[in-house]
This record gives sequence, C-alpha cells and structure tokens, in this order.
Amino acid sequence: MSAKLILEVRHVSKSFGGIKAINDVSFNLRQGQILGVIGPNGSGKTTLNNLITGFIKKDAGQIIFKGLDISKWPAYKIADAGLARTFQIMRPYPTLPVYKNLVPPLYSPRARRTARGKLGDRGAVAIDILEEVGFERDARVPYKLAGTLPLGYLKRLELCRCLALRPELIVCDEIFSGLSMSEIASMIPLMERLQDEGITLIMVEHRIKELFKLANKVLVLNFGEKIAEGDSSDIFNDEKVKRAYFGGETTYVFK
Amino acid sequence: MQERRRERLDRGVKVRSDTIYAVSSAKEILFLVGPGLALVTVLLILPLILPPYWQKVLTIAGVYALLAVSFGFLANFVGLVNLGGAMFVGVGGYISGVLNSTLGLPPLLTIPIASVTGALLCTLLLLPCLPLRGVYFAVVSFIYPLATVMIISATGVWGGTDGIAGLNVLPNVWVNQYVIILVVLACMFALTRLVNHADIGLVFRGVKDNELAIRASALNVTWYKAQAVFISAAMGCFGGAYLTHLYGWVGMSLFAMDFSILPLAATVVGGTSTIYGPLVGAFLLVPISESLRSFGTLRIVFYSVVMVFCVVFWTEGIMNYLRRRYEQFERWVRV
Ligand SMILES: Nc1ncnc2c1ncn2[C@@H]1O[C@H](COP(=O)(O)OP(=O)(O)OP(=O)(O)O)[C@@H](O)[C@H]1O
Ligand SMILES: [Mg+2]
Repeated sequence: MSAKLILEVRHVSKSFGGIKAINDVSFNLRQGQILGVIGPNGSGKTTLNNLITGFIKKDAGQIIFKGLDISKWPAYKIADAGLARTFQIMRPYPTLPVYKNLVPPLYSPRARRTARGKLGDRGAVAIDILEEVGFERDARVPYKLAGTLPLGYLKRLELCRCLALRPELIVCDEIFSGLSMSEIASMIPLMERLQDEGITLIMVEHRIKELFKLANKVLVLNFGEKIAEGDSSDIFNDEKVKRAYFGGETTYVFK
Repeated sequence: MQERRRERLDRGVKVRSDTIYAVSSAKEILFLVGPGLALVTVLLILPLILPPYWQKVLTIAGVYALLAVSFGFLANFVGLVNLGGAMFVGVGGYISGVLNSTLGLPPLLTIPIASVTGALLCTLLLLPCLPLRGVYFAVVSFIYPLATVMIISATGVWGGTDGIAGLNVLPNVWVNQYVIILVVLACMFALTRLVNHADIGLVFRGVKDNELAIRASALNVTWYKAQAVFISAAMGCFGGAYLTHLYGWVGMSLFAMDFSILPLAATVVGGTSTIYGPLVGAFLLVPISESLRSFGTLRIVFYSVVMVFCVVFWTEGIMNYLRRRYEQFERWVRV
C-alpha cells in the first residue's frame, strides 16, 4: 500500500432538481489499484463517473488527480491529463469502420505526446490497439462499420478509445453488463493486464461476483451516498450493503 | 396473387468490405472517378461556349457555389448551421475594398489577404457562439450581418450607405470565370479529401455526430469548431473579395440575406451528405433564379418553394439520388 495517491475525491455533491444524485462522497485511490463501485440502479454511479471526468459540473467538492486540483477543468483537459472514461451507453461512430473510430483519440495532443513523436500511421496504430484487447480473433472485424458490431466488441471499442490516450486512470462504466459469461471471462485477464501495466481502474459494475474477483477495494453507493468502502470480504458482510440490496426500499435483484 | 418486390444491386466495383473497394481494371477506376471528371470537364468548357450574358451568370453562380460548399462543409461535416454566410462575404469584400482604395494594393494581393485576415476576424467574432448548439448557433450567426449593416449605415464608415466605388477590377471576362471556377473546384476537392480521408476530417465529423466521444478523446471541441469555421470563412471571404473586384465597388449589399440563404437552399437541393452536392445545387439554382429576374424579389418565393419541396418530398437531394442510381440498379423480382 505504498503506491502514491493518484485520485482524491473530497466531499463531492451533485443534485438534479430535487434529486441528490451524489451526496458528499469522498474516497482515495492509489496508483495501480482497481476500485469497484457498486450500487442499485439510480444510485449515482454514472453521475460519479461524470463528475470525476468533468462531463458534468459539481455543486460542491474537490477532485485531485495526480496532485492537481481538476475540480474546475473541462472534460477534454481532464482526459488530456490521463484520466479517461468509457460510456455506459456506448459512443461509437457508427458509419465509420472500427479502426477509424480510434483516429480522433490518436489525433489528440495527449496521444502525440505520449507517443514521443513516433506515432506513425494512425490507422496502423489503431489496429494494434484493437488487437491488444481481443479484436485479433477475427481479422476482418476492425474494417467493419462500427454500427454493425455486436455488444461485446462495442464495449471493447469503448476501452480502446481510452487506451489510445495511454491513460493513467480509466473509469469504466459497466463494461461487463450485457456480456455473456464467456465474454466476461475473456475480459477479466485483460483488465488484470491493464493493472499490471500500471493503469489504475475504477470499475462501475452490476456483476458483483466478477467485480469482487478483480477489485482491490469496493465502494458502495445508495441514493447518492457512500454507504460502505473496504475490501471485498468486508463489503460482502456489511449490514448496510445487504439492506440496500435486499431491503424494502429498493427492488434490486442480486444476480 | 403474385407479389413483386424491388431489389437493389450494386453495380461496377466490387466491395471487399464495407469500406474498401477492390479496384482491378481501368474500367473500374473510370467508374469511380468518371463522375468527378465529367463535372470538372463541364465546368471548364462552359465559359467557352456560353453567350456573354450567361458567362456573367456562370461567374456569379461560381461565387454562390463557393458559398454553398462553405456552408455545406460546416453544416454537414461539423454540425454548425451558419445562417450568416453574408458576414463572411461582407467582411472579405470590405477588407479588400479598403486595402485597395487606401493602400492601392492590387487585387492579386487584396483578395488573398482579405481571405485570410477576414477569416481570422470572422472566426474571432464567432468564437463566443461556438459552444452554442443547433438552432442557437444558427440564430446568433444570422444576427451578425444584419448588425454589421446597421453599424455601417449608422456610423457612415467605409463610405456608409454609398460604399466605396472606383476600385480596381479584374482584367477580363476569362479571368473572371476561370478564377472562380478553379477556386471552387480546388475547394471542393480539398474538402472532399479532408472530410473523407484526413484525420482531422474524422475529428470534425465526430464534433458533429458524437461530441461526447470527442471530449472523452482529449480533444477540445471549441478549438476544432474554430478551425472549421476558419476554413469556411476563408472561402466566404474569398467570395466577397472577388465580388468586390468583379464590380470595382464594395457596399452594404455584400451583407445581403441572399448570400446567407441561397447556399442553404443549394445544400438542401443538392443533397446534404457530400461536399459536391451543394456545389451542384448552386449551379442549378442560380441560373434558374437568374431567368426569373423579371419577377424581382419574388425570386425569394421561388427559393422557398423549391426548398420546402425538397425538404418535404425529396430529402435526399439531387446528388444523393443520382449517386444511388449510379452505384446501384433496381429491378423487380417475384417473391
Ligand atoms: N442529466 C440528468 N438529469 C436529471 N436527473 C439525472 C441526470 N442524470 C442522472 N439523473 C438522476 O440521478 C440519479 C442517479 O443516476 P445515475 O445514472 O448516476 O445512476 P446509476 O447508478 O448509474 O444507475 P444505473 O445502474 O441504472 O446505471 C437517478 O435518479 C437519475 O434519474
Ligand atoms: Mg449508470
């Protein structure tokens, strides 16, 4: 636990009209860790992702990334600093071939910086990235239109867009949901490899079983509040978490 | 009862994947580049065969085609609907007019200078509106030329309502026609390459269709919009500067609504998914509107009717329709 802090979230809040989507949430994350974020539907997981990555403005609180206060930064600048994200609702360019989807992130100043001047042909680099995350099984897939991809590949494409930036931290919003057991099984080694490469991950998931295998630490949200934080076994036995998932107020079904 | 169904088949070139053509013979290459060659040939030959009056119309149509290409590029490939195209024309026109009348610079210098500095100026003016989306950007951009005309007539700068007369004119009718035709064609080819093949073209298209993904890709949306506006404005300013030296006069009419609206109509008529659609639309609409000159301002009604017709009944526009017929053929099959 000696790795340095990469992300500090301090007392962050956000409400939409009367709904407190995120209420006074704080946590810290060390470099190279995987943080799992769980919570029933509508508990504010995506909102937390949006707040960290600058896609919506916070009402209050502070976010420190690599020692920099990024609280007021626009989204593109946060991504430029190395904090990338995926979207729960995938955002491909449907009319472009898959590999061309990666050209815009590879065109970014960050990608040029991190490549140290030897980026070469962006299309070729894009294919390399796609192969890294499992597009190699069918060599034609990178040339298909992104709109025709099945869900599993779309989720991977979201991850590829992040990897094109060579990020230090990736916030993944439900990249397992909707995938089959075997697809998830093939994603898990990938996430582990990213961790080995030194990338810090925040994974928002409903698939608790798989997530708990990966995560070093888990954070539980309910109605926008952090109700528990700790390692997997603590969370499993936490009374408040059990109540949030099985209790009367929510209708969430444990998968 | 026998049912019949229409079937569409690709003709000509085989497509290996969704995006890669397998070109194997001269015939197939001709199939791909033929339409472009035909367009270029027609535009280059027209000045030689048209009677003098229609040569003038061709010149003006060229200016409108340039404006239409500039409008279509911003609207279809960057997602900015600019209803203030007249601002570009006016700014370019006045810069070249003032440079010519005060410093005595020749058109050969004033036109390029006006294109670049005018584009910079227009981009700076539009910068505050770039974060606006959709109809908000359209409305604000529409205000700019109207407001500028008010300022000129109220303060009387640059000749006020009279404008500045006695400027240098372009040498002769051949230069007039070929300069504008070559510039239009060059812009069309450059932009087509840009939006289809250049990496920054993909970023522009992302700004239009998928802004969230662009921001998540560490790209500053406003900066890329500004670059696109600069490209579009440079074309508009060129058009204005060219008109100034075509007439040897610059005045408030360069800010007239025609310059904002006709490019929009040409884009709707020509088709919205290509760079050359608006160009073809302009070369069709301008001569038609010219032959209706005796109806005066009723011509605006004509544009409106054509536009409404296309929007309601023929959304794909001429060029998309022709392209479809060219690339595919239809036949009836029994089912
Ligand atoms: N843009 C918005 N405008 C208004 N309300 C919003 C907005 N975004 C989220 N909310 C509300 O904030 C709350 C939290 O939503 P959020 O999407 O963060 O939940 P979530 O935990 O990601 O849910 P899910 O598991 O379904 O993805 C919900 O009540 C939602 O309705
Ligand atoms: Mg969510």
